[in-house]
Amino acid sequence: MTPTGALLAARAVSRQFPGTLALDRVDFTARAGQVTGLVGENGAGKSTLMRILAGIDQPTGGSLEMDGRPVRLASARDAAARGIAMIHQELNLVPDLSVTDNIFLGRELARRGMLDRGAEEQQTRSLLARLEQPIDPRAPAGKLPIGQQQTVEIARAIAQDARVLIMDEPSSALSAAETAVLFRVIRDLKTRGAAVIYISHRLEELLEIADTVTVLRDGRVAAEAACCSVGIDWIVEKMTGGIPSSRAPAATVSRAPVFTAQSVSLGRELRGVSFAVGAGEIVGFYGLLGAGRTPLFECIAGLRAPDRGEMRLGRRSLDRLSIAARIAAGIALLPESRQRDAIVPALSVRENILLASRAGFYISPVEERRRAGELVAELHIRTSGVESPITSLSGGNQQKVVLARYLITSPKLLLLDEPTCGVDIGARAEIYEIIRRLAGRGMAVLFASSDLQEVLTLATRIVVMASGRIAAEFAAAEASEEALMAASSPLPEHAGGGTLGQR
Amino acid sequence: MDNVEAAQNLLPGVAPRGIARTAGALLFRGRALVALFALLVAFSVLSPAFLSAANLTILVKHVAINAIMAVGMTFVILSGGIDLSVGSIAGLAGMIAGGLIDHGVVLRSFGVAVYFDVWLVVLIAVLAGAAVGAINGLLVARLSVAPFIATLGTMYAARGAALLLSGGATFPNLVGRPDLHNTGFPFLGSGAILHVPVPIWLMLLFGAGGAFAAVRTPFGRHVYAVGGNERAALLSGIRVKRVQLLVYVISGLCSAVVGLIIASQLAASHPATGQSFELNAIAAVVLGGTSLMGGRGGIGGTIVGALVIGALADGLVLMGVSEFWQIVIKGVVIVVAVVLDQLQRRLRW
Repeated sequence: MTPTGALLAARAVSRQFPGTLALDRVDFTARAGQVTGLVGENGAGKSTLMRILAGIDQPTGGSLEMDGRPVRLASARDAAARGIAMIHQELNLVPDLSVTDNIFLGRELARRGMLDRGAEEQQTRSLLARLEQPIDPRAPAGKLPIGQQQTVEIARAIAQDARVLIMDEPSSALSAAETAVLFRVIRDLKTRGAAVIYISHRLEELLEIADTVTVLRDGRVAAEAACCSVGIDWIVEKMTGGIPSSRAPAATVSRAPVFTAQSVSLGRELRGVSFAVGAGEIVGFYGLLGAGRTPLFECIAGLRAPDRGEMRLGRRSLDRLSIAARIAAGIALLPESRQRDAIVPALSVRENILLASRAGFYISPVEERRRAGELVAELHIRTSGVESPITSLSGGNQQKVVLARYLITSPKLLLLDEPTCGVDIGARAEIYEIIRRLAGRGMAVLFASSDLQEVLTLATRIVVMASGRIAAEFAAAEASEEALMAASSPLPEHAGGGTLGQR
Repeated sequence: MDNVEAAQNLLPGVAPRGIARTAGALLFRGRALVALFALLVAFSVLSPAFLSAANLTILVKHVAINAIMAVGMTFVILSGGIDLSVGSIAGLAGMIAGGLIDHGVVLRSFGVAVYFDVWLVVLIAVLAGAAVGAINGLLVARLSVAPFIATLGTMYAARGAALLLSGGATFPNLVGRPDLHNTGFPFLGSGAILHVPVPIWLMLLFGAGGAFAAVRTPFGRHVYAVGGNERAALLSGIRVKRVQLLVYVISGLCSAVVGLIIASQLAASHPATGQSFELNAIAAVVLGGTSLMGGRGGIGGTIVGALVIGALADGLVLMGVSEFWQIVIKGVVIVVAVVLDQLQRRLRW
C-alpha cells in the first residue's frame, strides 16, 4: 500500500556510473502538499537522484512510482508532461530572449499557429506579481542580475502548473527578502497540493520551509526525519559524521590601509561609496540583491570603470589600470558565478589553478605539477589528481581551485563575491578557515554574501549596502541578524549620498 | 611519466587526463591514430604501390601543405574563432613573392626596379600574410566582428589583392636571375635536406613548434583559456584581445608559408592558388579532435588529422576510386569523426 499522498517516489533506486555507485538503493518519497528537504554534502548523490526524478537520467536499478503506480520517465520532456518540473542550480535561461520568451520556452502560447505574445506577456506579469518581483517581462533575461534570473527560473517552473516541483538550491543567489518571498510562494504551492522537493545547503532555511528532511550520504539515505523534531546539529552530524565548525576568534588587525575607495560611483548602481580596509581585516559586505556589492567588486577589480571616484591600493591609484595590471599590483577577484566567470571546463585542475600565474616563456610540466600539487594539499582540494578534469570536482572543491588560482598571484587585496555559493557545509568551513589563514598572513579580504550567517561567522567588520550606498557599518561583535537586515532595506531615493552613513 | 604524457598529447580530444580505464577506451581516444594506421595497412594491402618510397614522399608533401595551414587554424579554433581567409592569404603571399622575383619593386620616379634576395622576398611575403592575419585579429578583438564574418571579408579582399597584383595573370618561371642575386626560390618547395623534402621539414618544424607553443608556453595556455571561458580568462588577468590578435597573426603566417611552398614547387605563382584550402585545414583540425567551440584539442591531433585526409586521398586515387566518390568519402569521414567526438564527451571516456 502506498502511504496517502505519496505523489512521486523512488523505490530502491540505484545509479551506477563507470567506477562509482552514485546511488545505492535509495528510497525517497515526495508527498502531495508537503515540502521534502533533501540535504547531503556535494557528491552525496543529491543531484543524481534529482536528475532521475526529473527524467534527465535513468536509474540502473530500482523503480519510480507516481501516484502509487510504477512509472518510467524516459526524458525530461516525458517528466514535464507528467507534471514534474525542476529548477536547476545552474541557470538555464537563454540570455538574449526576453523574460516572457524564457518562461514560455518550449510551450509557447499560440493562436492559429502564431505566437500569442499578448497572452504570454499578461501571464508573465501576473506570475512575476505573485513572486513580488519588479521585473520587466520584455527585458532580455541575460541583462537581469543573477537573483532576478533565478526568480525567472522559478516563475517558469510555476507557470507549468507542476504537481512535483524540484528546486535545487533555489535560494543560493537570493537575498533574505527574496528568499522570504520564495517561501511564501512555496507555501502557496503546498496548499494547492503540489509536492515540493527542496535542496539547499542553507540548513536554517531548509528547516524553516521543509516538512520532512532526507539526508543522503555517499549515495545512501543516512537519515529521515520530520523537520519539527530535529535541529541543524543533527542534520550536520548525519551529513558528515563530523563536528560542526564554530566561530573562530577574530584575527589581529593592523590598521595600515591596504585599499581605500573614495566616492566611487557607477550609474545607478553605485552612489558615492567610500571605505578603507587594512591588512588582516575580513570585511563582509551584506546587502539585498541590487545593493551594489557585485558592481563595487567589479569596479575594484577593473572589470568595469566607475564614472567618478578614486581607488587606491596602498598609495597607488588604480585609475585606468587594466585587469591584468591590477592583478599584478595585488588585487584578485573571486567572481560570483563560478561557472560563468571562473572555471575553464575543458582544462584540468592543474591548468585551472595556474591560469593566472605569470610564468616566463616556458611552462615546465614538472614544476607545474609541483606547484599545483602544493596548493591542492594546502587547500585540501579533494581530487583524484592534478590532471583530473576540473568538472569532475564538487562545487566546493572547484571553488578552492579558483581560490588557489588567485593565491598564486600573491594578492594584497582579495575580493570574494559569494565565496560559498553552492558549496556544501564541510567545504564551506574549510573555505572559512582558508580565508582566516590568509587574513592572518596580512591579506586584506573583502567578501560579499547574501547569507547572514556567513557574514556573521566570517567577517571581522561588516558593511551593509543598500541601493548603491553604504548604509551601515558594524564591528563583528556588535552585529546581529536583526540589525543587518534592518540596515539592508533600500533607502528612499532622495537620501543623501556621500560617505559612511552610521545608523 | 613524461613519455606517457607526450604520447597522450598526440591523441586528439581530451589531452593528458589521467590513465584510461581500459585498453578499449585508450584505443577509442586515440582513434584518429588508429584510423590512420588502419588506412595505411588497408591501402598497402589493396595497392602495392602505396607503400613505395616515391608514393609516400608525394603523400607527405601533399599533407605538409595542409598540415602547416592547419597548425595555424588550430590556434584560431582553440581560441574560439575560425579563419576562412587562409587560402586567400596563401594565394596572396605566393603572388607577392612571384611579383618580387619576376619584376622587383618598380620605383617609377627613379625609373629603376629594385630586386631583393630570395630570403628577403620570403620574409616580405610571410610578413604580408601575418599582416592580413593581424587585420583579422584586430577586426575580431578590437571591433568585435564575428570571426566568421571578419575572415570572410578578408578572404575576398586578399583574393582580390592577389588578382590585382598581376591583373589576374600568372607570374611564371620563378627561378630568379643570377645577375640579380635572386635565384634559389624553388628550393623551398622542391629542395631536400638529408634526402627529406624541405616542405616536410617545414611541416615538422611548424608541427613541433606549434605543439610546443600550445602545451608548454603561457601563450598556449591562454589560447585554451580564452576558447574555454573568455570571462574566466579575462578575470585571470589574461590579455584576451592580445591572444585573439596573435592567433590570427599565426594563422596568417602559416598560410603565407603554404603559399610560398606551392609557388616554389611550381616555380610559378597563380592568383587562384589556395582556393577552398580553408575547408581542408578546418577538416584536419576537426578530424584531429579539436572542438569548434574552442578550448579543447591540440596540434598533435591536427597533424594526425591532416595525415588521415592525405592518406585517404592518395590511397583512393591509387585504388582508382572515382574523384566524385572521393569527395563523398571525405565528407562522411569528417562527419563520423565529429560524431565519435560527441560520443566520447557524452560517455566521458
